[in-house]
Amino acid sequence: MKLLPLQAALAAVLLSAAAGLSAKPLVVCTEGSPEGFDIVQYTTAVTADASAETVFNRLVDFRPGTTEIQPALAERWEISADGLTYTFHLREGVKFHTTDYFKPTRTLNADDVLWSFRRQLDPNHPWHDKSSVGFPYFESMGFKDLLKSVEKTDEHTVVFTLSRPEAPFLSDLAMAFTSIYSAEYGDQLLKAGKTGDLNSKPIGTGPFIFQRYNKDAQVRYKPNPDYFRGKPPADALIFAIASDNNVRLQKLKANECQVALYPKPDDIPSIKADPKLKVAEMEALTTGYISLNTEHKYLSDVRVRKAINIAFDRQTHVDQLFGKGNALVGVNPYPPTLIGYNTANRNPPRDLDKARALLKEAGVPPGTVLTLFTRNGGGATNPNPRLSAEMLQADLGKIGLKVDIRVMEWAEMLRRAKNGEADMVSTGWAGDNGDPDNFLTPLLSCDAVKSGENYARWCNRKFQALIDKARTITDANERAALYVEALAVYDEDQPWISMAHPKMFTAMRDNVEGYHINPLTNNNFATTQVK
Amino acid sequence: MLSFIARRLGLLIPTFFGITLLTFALIRLIPGDPVEVMMGERRVDPEMHAQAMERLGLNKPLPEQYLDYVGKLAQGDLGESLRTRESVWNEFLTLFPATLELAFAALVFAGVVGLLAGVIAALKRGSLFDHGVMGISLAGYSMPIFWWGLILIMFFSVSLGWTPVSGRIDLLYDIEPKTGFMLIDTLLSDEEGAFKDAVMHLILPAIVLGTIPLAVIARMTRSSMLEVLREDYIRTARAKGLSPARVVFVHGLRNALIPVLTVFGLQVGTLLAGAVLTETIFSWPGIGKWLIEAIGARDYPVVQNGILLIACLVILVNFVVDILYGLANPRIRHQR
Repeated sequence: MKLLPLQAALAAVLLSAAAGLSAKPLVVCTEGSPEGFDIVQYTTAVTADASAETVFNRLVDFRPGTTEIQPALAERWEISADGLTYTFHLREGVKFHTTDYFKPTRTLNADDVLWSFRRQLDPNHPWHDKSSVGFPYFESMGFKDLLKSVEKTDEHTVVFTLSRPEAPFLSDLAMAFTSIYSAEYGDQLLKAGKTGDLNSKPIGTGPFIFQRYNKDAQVRYKPNPDYFRGKPPADALIFAIASDNNVRLQKLKANECQVALYPKPDDIPSIKADPKLKVAEMEALTTGYISLNTEHKYLSDVRVRKAINIAFDRQTHVDQLFGKGNALVGVNPYPPTLIGYNTANRNPPRDLDKARALLKEAGVPPGTVLTLFTRNGGGATNPNPRLSAEMLQADLGKIGLKVDIRVMEWAEMLRRAKNGEADMVSTGWAGDNGDPDNFLTPLLSCDAVKSGENYARWCNRKFQALIDKARTITDANERAALYVEALAVYDEDQPWISMAHPKMFTAMRDNVEGYHINPLTNNNFATTQVK
Repeated sequence: MLSFIARRLGLLIPTFFGITLLTFALIRLIPGDPVEVMMGERRVDPEMHAQAMERLGLNKPLPEQYLDYVGKLAQGDLGESLRTRESVWNEFLTLFPATLELAFAALVFAGVVGLLAGVIAALKRGSLFDHGVMGISLAGYSMPIFWWGLILIMFFSVSLGWTPVSGRIDLLYDIEPKTGFMLIDTLLSDEEGAFKDAVMHLILPAIVLGTIPLAVIARMTRSSMLEVLREDYIRTARAKGLSPARVVFVHGLRNALIPVLTVFGLQVGTLLAGAVLTETIFSWPGIGKWLIEAIGARDYPVVQNGILLIACLVILVNFVVDILYGLANPRIRHQR
């Protein structure tokens, strides 16, 4: 049947009215303002959520709610036998966003991938010097040394050549800093002398099209009708910025937002008890720990480190700090959801007499003072650093060790900890890519002693050889076996008190559907809607 | 009068340079630099750190950095935010209307309620009302803003549902920021109900921010009023048979207002300082929140110039108050 013009118009009106009734905007209460939208210049999760997870895509990405890799802009790939060459075949027909500030003339091709990587890699690239602080994540992940070249072999095939085999490479390519930009848009901005617009008017292929950022108040997006995985169901996505977590919760209760990120662990029981609200929870890939400086007097003796580990009441600590059931007690440096978790390692039962005996054997005089650096504000891996430090102080006091707690501002603490000034440092780590190497190399390798991030200043050659080898192997089972062995070495030497692996939570209204909480703490709303 | 203004203006120049030096030094006294803060736990390659510091001009000796800063200021260049790469001036202009709108609403609330409460308390000296007002104002003065804000939110927004929890407007209204003042922008927009919604969003933050100034103004008005009401000319006015309202508001309040006016000027500083906390509680996108985040990120240009701009504003307001005071009281301008 052919519709007459009047009938067609009427049908269109009715359809759009119906769409307007069924689709609703999704308001998400976020904890901070994005610093910008050119994600490669930044490292914070809030900026990644507002750009990488909404506007952009990468060659591969993490399957929602997991750390498994799935195809994204690359629909398939091959890895050479020596693990040095990765060939990616790009998805065809992927459209960049059309906005009032950019109208793409072509779909995604290999030039966009080259532009996105070479911009960060090649000092002669016209966009390389447009970032005043460089490309922090690209550089801190060692991509400058790792990537030998990025070339295209045809319009839809890109070849990455590495300087060494790197098993976590695919996982690295799912991280925000490898987001794929439009080379055409980049060229257009460069010609117009408006390079700053890349940071304020982003263009990508992602599920949402950027509309407006009202500084420190809200970011507005509309769904991308051409998204290669299908148009997101939410009528609009709005990030409402509310830095205080009490306020975020009140806004959620008042239905001013439908999703509230990062509620306080203390509030979880009351949220669960509210019939209009629900909570998504998952074990995050994070560890809260206290490093024991193995270069300092007394702590260089493994018996002293063992005594401290035996005296510390981890379970009470975790229950008090996070609330019962909101965190796992730490054993290894990373949580059990990652490969190679050594299940044979166990925390020794608390035994104060044994701890005292170990200290005596090591010649530690009663009343010995150990400094503990901790920060002034709480974070995901430790919501109350002062309480946590005081609990350790009380426990160690029972075996004759005095803990001198030094509470300091975050950056200052890290700077002094990197200089090795503390006996103990209370800190934490959030995994970036779901790979054990992302915990062990930055935090416990011999290289990290030199750069300072290994606050325990623990350099064990056997451990180092095992993690080095594991990094070059792509077979998951073989890698896992090597990590199990490496963690056994760690357990013998006990350079840390592994304290807790906190769960992460997202609170939402009960009519929110399709949200996947993510172990890597990023938030993607491509499939989320308000029913 | 002109020499009085010239004297006051002369004092502004050293004050201005004092502020530039103070803000420049204070933010650098806080340990850590912008690159370290940005990297957090992550590995900072010393080479990358050095390059970034050079690009930001932070590798130069401090006196040189200060001269660069003042030199740029002289040319009207406030620099770029190290975090957002946006011009500091543009960011200030974007955010300041929000703070100004909030501060103005708070001042109106504090002024109207404070003056009325102070006058009535003075007239009914020793009464239950007087004791009540003084007690409440003391409590208001001592109230931690953070706690007070949350209590009001939980009671009026969550339990009663009368006011919104936070923000400047319901996010379902898509208001284009034309002037930056939400009350004006909503009036200019054709979205129905937006203006009323913006007013509702302003009520709680204005009460929270205005509580301390209200307490100060109420107490000041009361004591000033009590003093004035004892004056001979008030007795004369009464003896002349003027109506009590005329005696109080025309003869009494007008004279009692002189010290209150000074307090008003001083409260501008309090309001801007209080805005930092109020804006955080109510997710109000103003300069207070902006500065807090900039301090955390060691965003030197934002902290230095943001504080400088606010300080200039406070100086300006106090300068105007000084002039008004001089106009109102000739003895002041002939001193020295």
